[in-house]
Amino acid sequence: MIGIVLLVVIVAAGFWFVGAYNSLIGLRNQVFNAWKQIDVQLKRRHDLIPNLIETVKGAMNFEKETLESVIAARNQAIAATRGTTDLPSAQQVQATAAAEGQLSSSLSRLFAVVEAYPNLKATANVAQLQEELTSTENKIAFARQLYNDQATVYNTRQQQFPASLVAGFARATPAELWEITDASEREVVKVDLSMNAKK
Amino acid sequence: MSDEVNLFAQQEANRRRSRWLVIGFILFFAWLGFGGDYIAYLATAHAPPESYHHVFPWIGLVLTTLGALMAKYSYSTGPTNILKSTGAREIIDAQTPQETQLVNVVEEMSVASGITKPHIWIVDDPDPNAFATGHDESDSNIAVTQGLLAICSRDELQAVVAHEMGHIKNLDVRLMTLLAALVGAVALIADGAGRVMFSGGFGRGRSRSSSDRESGSNPLVILLFVVWIVSWILAPLITRLLAMGVSRKREYLADAMSAQFTRNPLALASALTKIESASEPTRSIKGGAAHLCIADPMGRAVNGAEGKVAELFGTHPPMPTRIARLKLMGYEQSEQAIPGGSAAPIATPTTASIPAI
Repeated sequence: MIGIVLLVVIVAAGFWFVGAYNSLIGLRNQVFNAWKQIDVQLKRRHDLIPNLIETVKGAMNFEKETLESVIAARNQAIAATRGTTDLPSAQQVQATAAAEGQLSSSLSRLFAVVEAYPNLKATANVAQLQEELTSTENKIAFARQLYNDQATVYNTRQQQFPASLVAGFARATPAELWEITDASEREVVKVDLSMNAKK
Repeated sequence: MSDEVNLFAQQEANRRRSRWLVIGFILFFAWLGFGGDYIAYLATAHAPPESYHHVFPWIGLVLTTLGALMAKYSYSTGPTNILKSTGAREIIDAQTPQETQLVNVVEEMSVASGITKPHIWIVDDPDPNAFATGHDESDSNIAVTQGLLAICSRDELQAVVAHEMGHIKNLDVRLMTLLAALVGAVALIADGAGRVMFSGGFGRGRSRSSSDRESGSNPLVILLFVVWIVSWILAPLITRLLAMGVSRKREYLADAMSAQFTRNPLALASALTKIESASEPTRSIKGGAAHLCIADPMGRAVNGAEGKVAELFGTHPPMPTRIARLKLMGYEQSEQAIPGGSAAPIATPTTASIPAI
């Protein structure tokens, strides 16, 4: 009798172990996927910038400095987001965040300059680019939000009591959250090209 | 209410409540079918060996099979029918800036929710509304009316789209199609059985011949039988009420999902305010798709209704309550937004701003 009870307990524990292990692996892959999504959106942003430069270049050839700083920031950001095959390390997350932050602030400087050229602002091309860029910036923010949400679920799961026993076997370590570290990057820069589609 | 202002807490609370309602629905459905079998089994258990013994639960099996077939049929044809009946047109290549913006907003929300980008449809109707339909995360549709595009700002449009994404992510299309089919099956049988009963003959004659005299000695069986018959008389009403209850909880849940995806519950609150103030009903959306819309297509008379009875039969909770809950979430969020206050940094991307990374 005791033997049977023991057997049942061991089998139940075995099932629980496999279930907890697999759910940790599943969560980990979701986090990795969310990280890849950020990559996809960042790449889209990097691809949009040459178009933007091309469009505004003619009208503001005496603002070379601003344009060059955008280009430099873009190249640096591309270098920072090298493809990763595993969950990103803390340094990788921070390096990417810093490079993209740089790009964000140089872009917002560029938009501040565009403000000074009403003719440029009025062209349909710029309005279109503005919508595309807004959308891309939003997508990056949302991808980052999804990554942070998934990473929080994964981190919570591996630290909570019963699952934490399995965390070692699944080689689960807390995923790095994408945080805004620099105080100046925290502020949201206003860009208003008052496009017509916006009501 | 005060303990569930946080959007994740609201999601959890609504999930839990709709789960209980679904369990209640299934139990009631089982009672209507297999409950009848059990009563018949008790009634015929002590009958003489040569007379009829009810052992095979055919009442329950017939009811379940009917429900399953109806669910399967409406599930497989539903999405195409709904889109066809509204006269929606799919946007493949965006033509106008407005359409481009819609496509971008949907793409943003599919990034935020982590599901495959749905097909996008526009309904040429001046009343602001939106709905979602489809089978699962990889095959879904979102439709918005021309009226919605006209009155909403980018942020508001984003919040409405996020609400519909919430329906898709929660598999509400599946859940509500199933419940609607079960309600239909119950109504069909109750209606048919009612006619047979009142036209005399079958029901009465049969029960008297085999079981009535035997069960007459057992008051419990008679009591159960009476309760069962009363349940069947009330069944069309009760199943409908339960299904509507589930629908309302799923609306609150989709609102909270929208808040999670956009991190901007106030945008949905202001979109709902605008939608509510457009009092016209959405003529091109038929009643069948009402539970998947952002607001009941019947218009203000239904959405604003706050009476207890009106509330019980509504697919959507009253607008003022939805808006109040969203504002609570917004308030909670602004409390949290103090630096270092929360695990997940709160991003509120807006049209006019580039969020620093």
